[in-house]
Amino acid sequence: MEASNAAAATATSPEELHFYVADEHGHAEGSTMLGFWLYLMSDCLIFAVLFACYGVYGRQFAAGPTPHDLFDLSTVALNTSMLLLSSITYGFAMLAMEDDKVGRTQLWLLVTGLFGAAFVFLEIREFLEFIHDGAGPQRSAFLSSFFTLVGTHGLHVSLGLIWLVTLMVQVGQRGLVPENRRRLMCLSMFWHFLDVVWIGVFSFVYLIPVLR
Amino acid sequence: MFSNLDLQHLILGRFTLEAIPYHEPILLMTFAGVAVGGIALLSILTYFKVWGYLWTEWFTSVDHKKIGVMYIVLAIVMLLRGFADALMMRTQQSMSFGENQGFLPPHHYDQVFTAHGVIMIFFMAMPFVTGLMNFVVPLQIGARDVAFPFLNNFSFWMTVGGAIITMASLFVGEFARTGWLAFPPLSEAAYSPGVGVDYYIWALQIAGIGTLLSGINLIATIVKMRAPGMTMMKMPVFVWTSLCTNVLIVASFPVLTAVLALLSLDRYVGTNFFTNDLGGNPMMYFNLIWIWGHPEVYILILPAFGVFSEITSTFCGKRLFGYASMVYATVVITILSYLVWLHHFFTMGSGASVNSFFGITTMIISIPTGAKIFNWLFTMYRGRIRFELPMMWVIAFMVTFTIGGMTGVLLAVPPADFMLHNSLFLVAHFHNVIIGGTFFGVMAGTNYWFPKAFGFKLDEFWGKMSFWLWTVGFYFAFMPLYVLGLMGVTRRLSHFDDPSLQPWFIVAAFGALLIAGGIGSFLMQLFVSIKNREKLRDLTGDPWNGRTLEWATSSPPPAYNFAFTPMVHDLDTWTDMKARGYTRPLEGYKPIHMPKNTGAGVILSGISTVIGLALIWYVWWLAALGLVALLVCAIGHTFNYNRDYYISAEDVVHTEAARTKLLAGQV
Amino acid sequence: MTSDGVHVEVLHSGDQAGHGSRKGYLTGFILSVILTAVPFWLVMNHVLTDPRVMAGLVMGFALVQIVVHMVYFLHMNTKSEGGWTMLALIFTVVLVVIALAGSLWIMYHLNTNMMPTMQNMRDMS
Repeated sequence: MEASNAAAATATSPEELHFYVADEHGHAEGSTMLGFWLYLMSDCLIFAVLFACYGVYGRQFAAGPTPHDLFDLSTVALNTSMLLLSSITYGFAMLAMEDDKVGRTQLWLLVTGLFGAAFVFLEIREFLEFIHDGAGPQRSAFLSSFFTLVGTHGLHVSLGLIWLVTLMVQVGQRGLVPENRRRLMCLSMFWHFLDVVWIGVFSFVYLIPVLR
Repeated sequence: MFSNLDLQHLILGRFTLEAIPYHEPILLMTFAGVAVGGIALLSILTYFKVWGYLWTEWFTSVDHKKIGVMYIVLAIVMLLRGFADALMMRTQQSMSFGENQGFLPPHHYDQVFTAHGVIMIFFMAMPFVTGLMNFVVPLQIGARDVAFPFLNNFSFWMTVGGAIITMASLFVGEFARTGWLAFPPLSEAAYSPGVGVDYYIWALQIAGIGTLLSGINLIATIVKMRAPGMTMMKMPVFVWTSLCTNVLIVASFPVLTAVLALLSLDRYVGTNFFTNDLGGNPMMYFNLIWIWGHPEVYILILPAFGVFSEITSTFCGKRLFGYASMVYATVVITILSYLVWLHHFFTMGSGASVNSFFGITTMIISIPTGAKIFNWLFTMYRGRIRFELPMMWVIAFMVTFTIGGMTGVLLAVPPADFMLHNSLFLVAHFHNVIIGGTFFGVMAGTNYWFPKAFGFKLDEFWGKMSFWLWTVGFYFAFMPLYVLGLMGVTRRLSHFDDPSLQPWFIVAAFGALLIAGGIGSFLMQLFVSIKNREKLRDLTGDPWNGRTLEWATSSPPPAYNFAFTPMVHDLDTWTDMKARGYTRPLEGYKPIHMPKNTGAGVILSGISTVIGLALIWYVWWLAALGLVALLVCAIGHTFNYNRDYYISAEDVVHTEAARTKLLAGQV
Repeated sequence: MTSDGVHVEVLHSGDQAGHGSRKGYLTGFILSVILTAVPFWLVMNHVLTDPRVMAGLVMGFALVQIVVHMVYFLHMNTKSEGGWTMLALIFTVVLVVIALAGSLWIMYHLNTNMMPTMQNMRDMS
């Protein structure tokens, strides 16, 4: 009943040929990180379309408000620092996770969330101000593309915050099990990616248009 | 209905009883037919008490093989709907000349050609190729499932959600009248204020999420889950084409999502992306949607190329000629497909410099495709060709697709395109490549892999009927359109003044009838095969003397695919194993780690579909409720950490022993 | 029981994904602060006169900061996932450049030829 040895069947080949894996030790390498990275690449393309629109429509003011009229760069600077700080605090959360410190991880996640919430709050306030001043998304193609690009980024940050809170609950319940670590690493990629997009936003949406 | 109109609007949005098409006899008859058929089907399923079985074994399954089959079932159902639209158009165009207005008024005809395009591309061709890739790829790389089994299930049900929304438009409200790409300004709120374009948008957004996630899934699967020893250059060609197809999906569907979102912002919020005023620019829509649209057609054709490669080498008994050049050609096509998109709107006015650039890139992209055709021909040369059904479809493809490809190169020349753009010549070209390429490909793939999926072959007689009716029918249906296009006839017209054109349209309608026979024969083929399955039974798992790993498993494969993960040494791995005297292991089985079934995919997609319908009809409270429910259910699903189980070693022993017995009976 | 197969040690992915260090995160943070503060300062204080040079500088700082984020926060390297992470990123960047450059080029020509009343399109270069 012994399975015949493949090497015996082929008298010509000197070394033994194996056709299957008899024993699979440990877990196969997970695909989650690559999969999530691929999703982030697809998200990049959505933002690329929105940036392309801002590039095409960015000066279509339809005799309405222009970046000069609207943008308050000190608010944008404040917003930018909120997001940048949240990036470093998430980094500290990841370091705490590597050190297996649940409490410290949770603390840094909380601080990240607060910075993120501040960012969203400031952005919503800016949007409401513009709308109140008659510079809503319907006013011109420039404003349509502004609100959509900046708003889509803000929506991503908001969803990231919901995810963050959910993870804090799950880490609180189960600790830093492998599943939760994977999720924290995915959120880390997501969070830093949003900061990368914001670099594009503050440069191309706010700073450069104000120059002309 | 309500005495208070405001209250009615609050609760029902813009839905009124007028949305039900009481006054359209064709729709009423269709509805009657669907209702009777639907009730009959549901009653039969209930009578035989199969709902539990369907739910636990199929709808909640995360098994790539079951999901692949379900995708193809969806595709076949939607083929019938999309083809009904085609028959209606052919009939209308064959009779509507001069005084005769035909039976389809323009506002109805416009919905028919829009629905035909949307359904055939998004709900027939894409699910068909996705289903084949889903079923075959894990088996060909020696894996047990895809990288993200739950996402796979979810992706399927999101596609179904999109299909449901499209079908709903037939009986409640109307569909878009804009053509399958919904160009503005016509698709803007000012010119299409009804629900039609909104049905279109939400059907595609929901299905699009499914497609994008499926793309991520298959790339991760191919990159991470190949059996040991299977380097990239030892992968079957079908796996290569699947990899490139899914790269195209991940790299292009976000653009579609973004563009449709911008259109919906214009329609719902009043933004000015594609309006005629306040700075909007409809031409930007064309630019963006075709950045998606061109890679899309390569998404449709590359899997078919993969199928043809597998079938040609198998049925010629030879290794595929020029494996490396096939791989390079596929990768080059993938990259170049992003440099040609403007050829879809040469006539919009970009000028000579832009048009020349894209005309040249379009001509260049035909070269790798030509290389593939030569490779298939060289594979056949000096091979022992077996003209079974799969190979017959391959030959039909090679002739038909080449003609379509040539007319494509003709259209790539901007001055020629200025005469032929939006004429019936264009319509003939793209049907030529999609039917000759994609559709013949999925027919070939279905005939080839059906025995693997179900354990018995498809009936040959009805298969050949289907093949001949389809092939001959295609030429009758579309060659006249090339002539008409060269004579200057525009597409999407429901009435013509020149009666001398009519004979051509009648020939085309005859072709459509032949194709109808082809589809009917295909359905007969399925029915007869199931009836005669014992006679058509395949007990070996390898009915065609296959060359790749899927043929190493039983037909159908067990849930876990392979009791032991294969070790790969060469290209055409199964042929290599057979040549080197491989014998199936009979002992040493271990427990196998598998993912659990789940209903979360069905539920989340169901909620998404409800949200879509609510947004279409402006039922804001329902849309908001739906969004909350979606968030809650999605987050709730993440609290489920208990998603896998082990198939015990005894169960594996039992399954494998059954196969051993079956194989022994063959000797 | 002996069998025909092979014993395979499957690698753990643990060390393939990049990990940060306190030093790495802080370096990235400080660089990012500088690369953010400088363009803001330049624009808010109208430091240079030529808007094109200013725009070029802002773009330059943005690109450098994106790289800083990729390296120090996202731990981008050529080893991650056998090089597939980098390949996916390069492919995406190429497509983004094609989509952006292509769209701007095409729309500029379309607008010039087909919408001559759009005055401000002229200075879109």
